[in-house]
Order: sequence, then C-alpha cells, then structure tokens
Amino acid sequence: MARRMATSPAMDAVEPAIAPIAARGPSWDGRLTVLVLFLPPALLLFTLFVVVPIGEAAWYSGFNWNGFGRPTNWIGLDNYRFVFQTRAFWLALRNNGLIIAVSLLVQLPLALTLALMLAERFRGAVALRMLFFMPYILAEIATGLIFSFVYDGDYGLVASVWRAFGSEAPHLLASTDTAMLAVLIVIVWKYFGFHMMLFIAALQSLDKSLIEAARIDGATRSQTLRHVVIPLLYPTIRLSVFFAIIGSLQLFDLVMPLTRGGPADSSNTMVSFLYNNGISRMRVGYGSAIGVILFMTCVTFAFSYKRWFMRDE
Amino acid sequence: MSNVEITRAPFDPAVLYKALFLSLVAIFVAVPLLATVLGGFKTLGELRVNPFGLPRHWEWQNYADILFSQRYWQLLRNSLIISTLTVTLTLIVASMAAFTFAHVRFYGSSMLLSYLTLGLLFPAATAVLPLFIKVRDLGLLDTYLGVVLPQVAFSLAMSILLLRRFFKDIPYELLEAALVDGCSYIKFFRYVTLPLSRPILATVGTITFVNSWNAYLLPLVMLNTDALYPWPLGIMVYQGEYSSEWHLILAFITLTILPTIILFLLAQKHIVAGLTAGAVKG
Repeated sequence: MARRMATSPAMDAVEPAIAPIAARGPSWDGRLTVLVLFLPPALLLFTLFVVVPIGEAAWYSGFNWNGFGRPTNWIGLDNYRFVFQTRAFWLALRNNGLIIAVSLLVQLPLALTLALMLAERFRGAVALRMLFFMPYILAEIATGLIFSFVYDGDYGLVASVWRAFGSEAPHLLASTDTAMLAVLIVIVWKYFGFHMMLFIAALQSLDKSLIEAARIDGATRSQTLRHVVIPLLYPTIRLSVFFAIIGSLQLFDLVMPLTRGGPADSSNTMVSFLYNNGISRMRVGYGSAIGVILFMTCVTFAFSYKRWFMRDE
Repeated sequence: MSNVEITRAPFDPAVLYKALFLSLVAIFVAVPLLATVLGGFKTLGELRVNPFGLPRHWEWQNYADILFSQRYWQLLRNSLIISTLTVTLTLIVASMAAFTFAHVRFYGSSMLLSYLTLGLLFPAATAVLPLFIKVRDLGLLDTYLGVVLPQVAFSLAMSILLLRRFFKDIPYELLEAALVDGCSYIKFFRYVTLPLSRPILATVGTITFVNSWNAYLLPLVMLNTDALYPWPLGIMVYQGEYSSEWHLILAFITLTILPTIILFLLAQKHIVAGLTAGAVKG
C-alpha cells in the first residue's frame, strides 16, 4: 500500500502498463469477495435451468417415460428411430428448410432494398422505418391471431378480396396445399423489418469517404452500390443470414395461433412438432429425443457457420 | 404524370419507382394492423361485408366490455408481474456477472464467459421437457417464479455480453484510483459502474422486457391456472371461447398489443438499439 501511495497520479498515467500488475497485489481480498458474491447467481441459474436440462434431455431420450416417478424403461436409441420414422418429422424439417429459403430469397433482398432506400434522409424515412420495424416487436401470438383473421375464409381480408372478384373464398389455413405458404407470408411480414434495421445500422456506420471516393472516380450510382456498398455490407449480410436460420429453427409461437402445425402436420416446424408430439402428450423420452436433435442441429450449424463464414468477426 | 415530368426538368423516374415500392410495402405492413384496430369497432355482420373500411357505426361496446372486464386487467397484471420480475432479476444477476468479467482478472475468466455464452446457441424449446420436470421437482410449477427463473437463465447470455462490453469501456484508471482511495470493488460497482451504465441497462432491460412480455412457450408449459396466465396465453383461451366472433377477438388483440405499441413509441431508441445490438457484434 505504501508503495502505491508513493506513486504519483502522473506516473500512473505515464506508465499504464504497470497498472494492472500494481492492482493485483493488495486488492486480492476485494477481488475474492467479488468473485464469491457476484458470479455464483448467474452461474447457478444458467447451469440449473439451461445446461442441466440439455444434459437431462440426452439422458431421458433413452427412456420410454411419461414423466411420473423415475424413468426405468430404458429403450436405448429407439426414440430417435421413432422420430426418424415419423413422416411429420420430415415434413417439419422440410418446412424449416422452406422458411430458411424464403428468408434468404425473399426477406433478405427485401430488407436490403428497403434499407438502401431508407438509410438516406428524406421526409417520412424515419416514420417508414418505424412502421416496418413495428411487426417485429409485436408478440408472435398476436401476429398469428391477426393473420388468422386476415386469412379467415368468412370474415378475413383475403376472403373479401376474393369475393370482390366473384369467386368462392378459400380457407387458406385449412388446406394442406396453402397452409405453409400462408405461414411463410406472415414470417416475411413479421421479420423483414428487423433485418432492415440491421442493414440500416450498418449503412449508417459505413465509412462515407469510400463511397465518395468511388463517386469522384466516376463510378455510377449502381456501380458504387455493387462494388463498394454491398461488399462493405457482407459482414451484416452474413449476420442476417445467421439470424434468419437460427430464428427459423426456433419458430413456434407464430405457428400455434395460425395452424397449430396442421392441417395434417403440413405446417409444423421442428419446435411445434416437438410441442405437439412430445410436450402436449407428456412423452418425455420421445420429446427429449426431438429436443436433442434440434439442439445438435442448432449447435452444429452455429459452429460451422461461425467457422466458415464469420471467421474474421 | 407526364405533366410533372415536364415541369420539373431533371425528374428521375427512379424516385417514382421508389415511392411506389415504399407505398406498396407500407400498405402490406399497415393494412393488417389497421384492419385489426378498426375491426374491433365493427359488428360481426359488418365485418363480413366490410373488413377493410372505416366502420359505419363505431361500436364502442366491444372495447368497453373488455376494458371493464376483470379478465383483461388480470392478464395484463400477470404479464406485468412476470416481466418485471424477469427484468429486475436479469439486470441484477447479469450486471454483477458482467462486472466481474469486465474488471476482475482471475484464472478461468474467459472459460466461464464462453460457458455462459453457450446459451446463445440454442432455443429454450430444446430442453423444455426436462425443464418442466426440473421446475416441477422444485415445486415451482404453476407459480410466477417457475416462468421467471428459466426466462432469466435464458436471457443471461446476451445480457452479460452486452453489459460486459459496455463496462469494459469504463476507464480502468477510474477503478484503480477508487481502489487506491480505499473504495471496494462492490462500492465501485454500486456507485460508479451502475450509474454510468444507465443507457445499456435501459437497453438490456427493454430487450428482456419485450421478450418476456411476448413469451408464450415457457408460460404455456409451466402454468396451469387461468388466474396466473399472462396475456399471450389468455388471448389464446379467449380466441378458443369466442372462436368466430372476430369483432370481439380483434378488439381484444388491439387492447393487448396496445401496451407494446405505446412502449415502442416511448422507448423506440432503446428498443431498436437493443434488438439490433446483439447483432452488431454477435
């Protein structure tokens, strides 16, 4: 302590490299108190409610168990076999693939186009940004209910447009051919604003001098866009793709009010499939097996994506 | 149209396409929302023939009945209790952990941090069955805490990352000077770090609040009593009861999303910053 009192503040400022070393000695007791008091709550909650359940899911997935008493009926990997033999599982997987495809081919270009338009300043730009972002903050449940009204064959908006052209209104959500398509449209409606905001944030933090330099060098507007702006946005685009894929793997709340995964499992996602077949019937082993498959999918995807596409970030 | 082009010589058709495109998207976004709000003011009969337009007679009764019902306020109260508890606990627990990771050097620090950020990689749904059994065994089934604690646990990863990044920007010299003057880490945390970090605390609090306010799966699994339901569960029950009386359901939807929209308009800066913040350096 005496030695530290001796160092003048000016010296500290001149030699910041010494600072961490100096701090280590005398204040170890203080640090110990912090470690003992400040870390355990987070670690405990996280371990108990996030990590342990994942481990337990792997364990339970080996049993045929309804959740009461102890699991005793060990059936090995049969639950996984049952999952892979279920047609609805493959439908759910296909639907998740469709959601990803629509996110990449429709939602992302839409969000990027709108961001390029709305990143500039003009009257109404901010209001439009807010309007487009609004669906993202609405609860999925509310969104789903709003659109089950929009699609309703008797009272809905779509039905009334149909009737205006004099034809019988379809029940879009009740047909296996159109239910998933209807869900996909709602997904674009709800989430494009989020991706647009990501792009706007990125555009606003771009180095303007690069764009000016390109313009001065005689690049046209579209050349600047293609060869300067878009390449500068690649990190954000990769991030947006990442969110779209992870988001699709978690999608559940939106599907429930619209279709509950039906009709005939045609609009299930992985999570709604898990809910309908594992949770709501308390088939703990089977449901856990689906959970483990979902977990492995997410983790494998996240790690390989980070490794292949986001190495430098 | 051609007149306009003549009078303003350097008219750029791109501007027109842009305006047209923006209007189309705005209509696509706004029409379902407007139709929902207006639908609540119509009778069922009018809804069938006129779902788009303004109501001929403004039917205030639909909204009034819900606003004077105990049910609506009970749902909002439950949601408010769950969300407030979740936000408070998340902020306390996450800021303490983030402070430790930002300012205290200790062996294993980076390892523990990566352990906590594992939570970003998978959704709560993956382990929801074991989570249900855990909550049941702890005796927390059908209580607010049974929803709150898992929600806090799942929001920790993102919150700690965001808070830690902000805390790290507080100059180290400040902490050092305080320690030399005999201030403890804990006092520094309480009287320097937290007051300096109001913006990021507001941002993290807002994200956590919105997520908790809108959550459906965890309450659905953990709660069995109607009296404890937060609004997303309650509105699904309501829809089940009034299955095709859309005018009532639309009024109910409008009134339940109203708090979110008001919050959004009041705190849009924090909400946009918060919801896109995780992204900037995911």
